[in-house]
Amino acid sequence: MRMHQLFTPVLFATSVVAAPAFADDSAAWFENRNVLTQETGEGIYNAVCAGCHMPDGQGATGAASYPALADNPTLEYPEYAVMLTLHGQAAMPPLRGVLNDEQVAAVVNYIRTSFGNNYPDDPATAEMVAQTR
Amino acid sequence: MPHPCSDVDNLSHPADSGDRTEKVEAILVDKLTPNPSRREFLTMVGAVGGAAAMYQAMGMMGVAHASPYEGKIQLERAPEGTKVLILGAGIAGMIAAMELRDAGYEVEVLEFRDIAGGRCWTMRAGDTYEELGGFTQTVDFAEGNYFNPGPWRVPYNHYGILDYCRRLGVELEPLIQINNNAYVHSVDAFDGKPVRYREINTDFRGHISDLLSKVTDQGALDAVLSDEDKENLLAGLRTFGALNDDNAYVSGDNASSRRGYARPPGGGVDGAPIANEILDLSTLLDSGLWSRLATSEALNGSMPIFQPKGGMDMIARAMADNLGDLVRYRKRVTQIRQDEDGVIVTYDDLENDGAEGTASADYCVCTIPFSILSQIDHDFSGPLANVIQTMHYAASIKVGLEFKRRFWEEDEHIYGGTTYTDLPISQISYPSNDYLSDKPGVVLGAYSWGALAYQYSSIEPEDRVRRTVEWGSQIHPQMPEEFKAGVSVAWHRVPWTLGCYGIWQDKAAQYDDAVAMDRRIVCAGEHLSYLPAWMEGAVLSSLDAIRRLSQTAITAAGE
Repeated sequence: MRMHQLFTPVLFATSVVAAPAFADDSAAWFENRNVLTQETGEGIYNAVCAGCHMPDGQGATGAASYPALADNPTLEYPEYAVMLTLHGQAAMPPLRGVLNDEQVAAVVNYIRTSFGNNYPDDPATAEMVAQTR
Repeated sequence: MPHPCSDVDNLSHPADSGDRTEKVEAILVDKLTPNPSRREFLTMVGAVGGAAAMYQAMGMMGVAHASPYEGKIQLERAPEGTKVLILGAGIAGMIAAMELRDAGYEVEVLEFRDIAGGRCWTMRAGDTYEELGGFTQTVDFAEGNYFNPGPWRVPYNHYGILDYCRRLGVELEPLIQINNNAYVHSVDAFDGKPVRYREINTDFRGHISDLLSKVTDQGALDAVLSDEDKENLLAGLRTFGALNDDNAYVSGDNASSRRGYARPPGGGVDGAPIANEILDLSTLLDSGLWSRLATSEALNGSMPIFQPKGGMDMIARAMADNLGDLVRYRKRVTQIRQDEDGVIVTYDDLENDGAEGTASADYCVCTIPFSILSQIDHDFSGPLANVIQTMHYAASIKVGLEFKRRFWEEDEHIYGGTTYTDLPISQISYPSNDYLSDKPGVVLGAYSWGALAYQYSSIEPEDRVRRTVEWGSQIHPQMPEEFKAGVSVAWHRVPWTLGCYGIWQDKAAQYDDAVAMDRRIVCAGEHLSYLPAWMEGAVLSSLDAIRRLSQTAITAAGE
């Protein structure tokens, strides 16, 4: 069997549930051709969000901009970030195909409590993501 | 690359000859037998409509293949004093500018960067590239060496871009797309060792032919094949599959003449070849490497396929030279407005400390990628605005690696072509120029999409190159020793596109809204075509856009 056949999203979702929240994601990089395999919010952020919003959450500007996630008041409630992560908007690609429900919740909660954001209440949950998906 | 190719089979026809074909068909229906044979039909079409009509009718019948490109565009002369503003000096924008200028329009092109080309881009020795986030790379290649981070291939069937190369004198050379002596590789097959493409290809065809021969002999196909059919099929399979006289695929001269020898044919003492061993069917199937065999069959990826000599941006440079000072560089568009009098575009003049400037015209061709346009203050109509707001751009990564020595040629006899792998690098493409030279060579060391590209984009350029060499060394152990320099382009971090190519939310439902002319403005580019990510898509989109713009301008002038 090929590795990419083994790592179906369903099997993968099971492994995420079993993983400890403090898992070290450094070995998960580039593990699968089709989906992200990092499990922590920080690990997922560094593996996909940082590409555009940058490692420090400051965003970037060229002919147009990637908005800063740092000190961003639109993150007060989790729903907006969950929706954008799943479905995208304008230049933001939909990530529903590469992240499962647990991963979306984890990365949204990470962003809402990092880069100067302080929204620990009302965290995103996998159930909430599943309903928005 | 996830671009749909099926549209290529949907033929479009020049309006005039389309009418003619319909007339020919009407004549045939009227005058001839109700069901003419194909040959009768073509003969009649040839007699009535000439060779061009016959060729077109053949295309409709699936015999020949017509292209959507109809030759050099013939625009009616511009109404006196009509100006068109063109946003973006990529392939689509520059083609619009050249053709509209030639038809008599006053043309002005606004470009964000200080050079033309957009994604048609080449990185050369000494170039510096700063991606979004401020990560800066200097291209430390040997003099004359280059890397195409965007388009790198011009297929033979992309008649539009080929015609511009012809007309602008851009010299092309063959790019080796598929090389039977390159590798297919999986980390899970053959202990992670690469296998020559020719071995997998020959064995897969051989075993299929062997199996089909057996079931034919066993009578399994008797219900569908006559005895004569079966004889022909078996003869074909012997040739197709390199079978022996007993219709079996076995180790021996037949197989080795394609897959290679343990000792190749030589001269003198020990000149006689020794065949190598074929893979048994189960091993072959279990390897999964057969999944790569159709890669070179697609219309857009089969031979012959070309590259401009010296770098892909030779096309962009030729177009920019042709346009001269009609292109105004370092203008960042901030607002697009139109009313009954014309179009007004506001920009930051980066040439002048970002001072605000405006440009106005009667009409506008907007080739700005929707990833950028979605952030520009515009007043497009609702349906078009909706497409602009919902189109995202693909993640894609390319890494170029320069090596001190052309070990793939010297050690492994690979001259151009592509190795396919399930490592995160996805493929290695060897240079199709400077064969056998002793100068350093530049290899496309990684070209990946999706989840892999997101991760590649998120790490620093040095780390991308380091990992690419590490992964590549599983196929070519010489890599770490021979490495000289590397560059990477993660398309989400490219300041002037924010991504690789446009992906629709719902192309079938949205396409007409997005390509339609919105009063005085029409959008164009690869994103507005059924050849996304290809320069040909930009060409065909642009030509169609200016054709409609011209009709609108002429109609308006006549009112």
